[in-house]
Amino acid sequence: MIEFRAVTKRFPDGTVAVEDFNLVIPSRKITVFVGSSGSGKTTLLRMINRMVDPTDGDIEIDGDSIMSKEPVALRRSIGYVMQNSGLLPHFKVIDNVTTVPMLNGVPKKQAREQALELLDTVGLSRSIADRYPSQLSGGQQQRVGVARGLAANPNILLMDEPFGAVDPIVRAELQQETIRLQHELDKTIVFVTHDIDEAFLLGDQVVILEKGAKIAQVGSPNEIMAAPASDFVANFIGTDRGKRALTLKKTEAGTILVDSEGRGAGVLVGGSESA
Amino acid sequence: MNFLIEAVQWLFSPERLEGSNPIPLRLEEHLFYTFFSVIVAALIAIPLGFYIGHTGKGRDFAVGLSGAARALPSFGLILLLVLLIGVTQVQLQLAAITAFVLLAIPSILAGAYAGIEAVDRRVIDAARAVGMTEWQILWKVEVPLGLPLLIGGLRAATLQVVATATLAAYVGLGGLGIYIFRGLPLQRYDEMLGSALLIAALALVLDGIFALIQQFAVPRGVSAGRAKDVRTSSTRRRAVAAKPAQERRG
Repeated sequence: MIEFRAVTKRFPDGTVAVEDFNLVIPSRKITVFVGSSGSGKTTLLRMINRMVDPTDGDIEIDGDSIMSKEPVALRRSIGYVMQNSGLLPHFKVIDNVTTVPMLNGVPKKQAREQALELLDTVGLSRSIADRYPSQLSGGQQQRVGVARGLAANPNILLMDEPFGAVDPIVRAELQQETIRLQHELDKTIVFVTHDIDEAFLLGDQVVILEKGAKIAQVGSPNEIMAAPASDFVANFIGTDRGKRALTLKKTEAGTILVDSEGRGAGVLVGGSESA
Repeated sequence: MNFLIEAVQWLFSPERLEGSNPIPLRLEEHLFYTFFSVIVAALIAIPLGFYIGHTGKGRDFAVGLSGAARALPSFGLILLLVLLIGVTQVQLQLAAITAFVLLAIPSILAGAYAGIEAVDRRVIDAARAVGMTEWQILWKVEVPLGLPLLIGGLRAATLQVVATATLAAYVGLGGLGIYIFRGLPLQRYDEMLGSALLIAALALVLDGIFALIQQFAVPRGVSAGRAKDVRTSSTRRRAVAAKPAQERRG
């Protein structure tokens, strides 16, 4: 469990990125921070591994304040996956994955064996172990990034817009893989995105943020969709327009769901068709 | 054309290996001044450049220094240092080498900090985020990726010092410049041109060697990106900037 308590972050130039932020992130679930640029979502994420220190307030992991922990040790105990993979370009894939275990003093042979297993876990062929990141596709690089994040077997995995730079088909694939990994490995995942569809797909808990990391709404995707807390949320998730504002329409062939433009968006299945 | 033929004849005459001024001895002195000065300059400039590149502190100072030092007249600098330090053999050597070191520092400093500065910030951020210490970031990430530009700085410095070391002869310290300063009052143009050709050739050879080293200094994964089996073009900036360090400065 990660708990934000009255956290404020003021940057030296006077920008207030986060103000009086309170949130509990449950263990072994995916929590997604979603918001537009400037909503402070990445700042919130980076505060968890002390890449950014709060100006005020406290963050606790399982009841212990992270401020009392040494940043380097804390970061090694938390997995981190970033956009554009952030792999070291001069390290082979295998050396990228073993970076953190090696820093932690795991013997090389053991670290390499674990890394090869992790390549299996994230759906990569072991044959790419000796390649360099620049020889991989964007999707493969991102998978290596996830393998590196998991290498030290952390309880917490931070993912900062990890799929922002890959094409939509690969992104959909990686999103499914993330869900599969979460089910298999039972990690606490904190995920940052600006894509509300991604947030609803992945999140057990979705946190919609307004400017200054003001929480517009927290809840499961269903709760948020069923009852948007404000016009901002309704607008952000698109229930007031477009594809999420669906209505039933009877046609000669049967009943379908249409969006606000009257275009077909899907059908109702199961017992509710008569509704 | 005659001058040139005479100069070449002078250069390849068997007498060049004899007497009080054999070319091998003077070449050795010349190379000693060059490498000793570049090494001393590197010992000063590389740590400083790494510090500036890693922390970003003092960057303006480094840029200013590199630019200003380009305008230093090397001849005047040597004479000034001789006046300040003294005229015994040891003092003369100290003065000359100090001048060469001062000339070599800016290029090396610029190469060292520009190399680190050219490393993709996101790569450094990722290295920090996975838990590398600042030392580990410097030695495992920034230095290897910045190495080609650092070598470029050493290359520029060596080139400048090997040319300037000619002036050592003016204060009686030998080196290949001795033929020029000896030939000048005697109007022996074959000797002056011949030795100038030799210095130019030496500079070209050293530059060629550094060009090779620079090629090998590009980390494998970074050069691998240019191989044919690349599937997608990476949008990341390469750590190796296209321009050598000496051209990056204003």
